[in-house]
Amino acid sequence: MYIIIIGGGKVGYYLGRALLDEGHEILVVEKDPNRNEFICGELGSVCIRGDGCEVATLTEVGTGRADMFIAVTGDDEDNLVACQVAKHKFNVPRTIARISNPQNETIFKKLGIDVTVSSTNIILENIEEEVPTHPLTHLLTIKDKGLEIVEVKIPPDSTTIGKPVKELSLPPETVLSLIIRKQRKPIVPTADTILQAEDQIIAATTPESEEALRTALRGS
Amino acid sequence: MKVVIMGCGRVGARLAGLLDIEGHNVAILDTDAYSFRRLPPDFGGTALVGNGTDEESLKKAGIEEADVFVSLTQGDNRNVMAAQIAKYIFNVPKVVCRIYDPLRRELYNSLGLEAFSPTTIFAQMLKEKLEG
Repeated sequence: MYIIIIGGGKVGYYLGRALLDEGHEILVVEKDPNRNEFICGELGSVCIRGDGCEVATLTEVGTGRADMFIAVTGDDEDNLVACQVAKHKFNVPRTIARISNPQNETIFKKLGIDVTVSSTNIILENIEEEVPTHPLTHLLTIKDKGLEIVEVKIPPDSTTIGKPVKELSLPPETVLSLIIRKQRKPIVPTADTILQAEDQIIAATTPESEEALRTALRGS
Repeated sequence: MKVVIMGCGRVGARLAGLLDIEGHNVAILDTDAYSFRRLPPDFGGTALVGNGTDEESLKKAGIEEADVFVSLTQGDNRNVMAAQIAKYIFNVPKVVCRIYDPLRRELYNSLGLEAFSPTTIFAQMLKEKLEG
C-alpha cells in the first residue's frame, strides 16, 4: 500500500518506520528541515519538505494514488485540513487524523474524516486501567453507535453485594455482558445472578449513563 | 444582526468596529487579550478570550444565536476549521472565512465554504493599479 504521513514528529517518524517494516511504500511530509534530514538519514529517502495542507505539495507526492493518508501533526486544525484536502481533492479512500483535543472527535467525524485517534483519550484510558481503585474503566469505544464497553469492580464494602441483578436499577441502554469472578470462569449474568465482592463486571453502556451504572453496581 | 468574529487582528478589529457602529450585536474572540487593544475605544460589543475552534468558547460568544460568523485569524487551517464548525455544527446561516492560500481557498469554495483569499484579491488590485 502507498501511505502518506503528514508530520514527521515522534509519532510520524515511528509510524513511518513501522509501516516500512511491514513492507508498505510510505512518504512523510514535514515542514522542518532538521526533522526532514533526520528522517531521511534514518529511513532512507522517504521524507520530503513541505506543507501537507497544500494542494501543490500533495500533488507532488502523488496523493492521487495513495491508499491511505494519515495526518499526525501536533495541531488538530492542520490534521483536519490535510485530511480534507486529501479526501476531496485527491479522493484518497481512507483518511486518518490524530487529534489532541478529545472534543474534536465528533467534529472531525461530522466533517468527513474517516478515522480519528485521540492521543489524549488513549493516555487517559491507559492510566485509568493502571489505577486499581478506579471504579470504572473504559475498555472499548464503539464510536459509530455511541456506546462503550466498561469494566466495574465491586469493592468488598459495596451495598449491592448479595443482591440479584434484577434488583439493580440499571440505567437505560445498559447491558451487563460478563461477570469475572476470582479464580473462576467468566459467567454471563442472568436476572438471578447474585453480585459478589470483587466481581469484575463488563458492561455495554453510553457515556451519559456511566455514572448511573457505577452507582447501580456499587451502591452509593 | 448577531455577528461572531474570530481573530482580533487589524482586519477583525476593524470589521468589529464598523459593524458595531451600525448597531449590530458583535462578539469578537481572540486567544490573546492583548489583541483587543485594536478595538475602537467606544466599541460596544463583547470581546472574549477564547479559541474559535473550541465549541465551548464559541457557545460563550453566542454562536448558537449568531446570524453571521467570520473567521479571520492568521492561520488558514484554523479559519477553515472554525468556519466548518460554525456552518455544519452550529448551522450559522452565513459563514465567511479568510484563506490566504489561493489553492486552498479554491478547494474550500468548491466544498461550499464562502472563503476569500486576500492574496489573490490584493495581487489583482495591485496589478490593475500598476497597469492603469
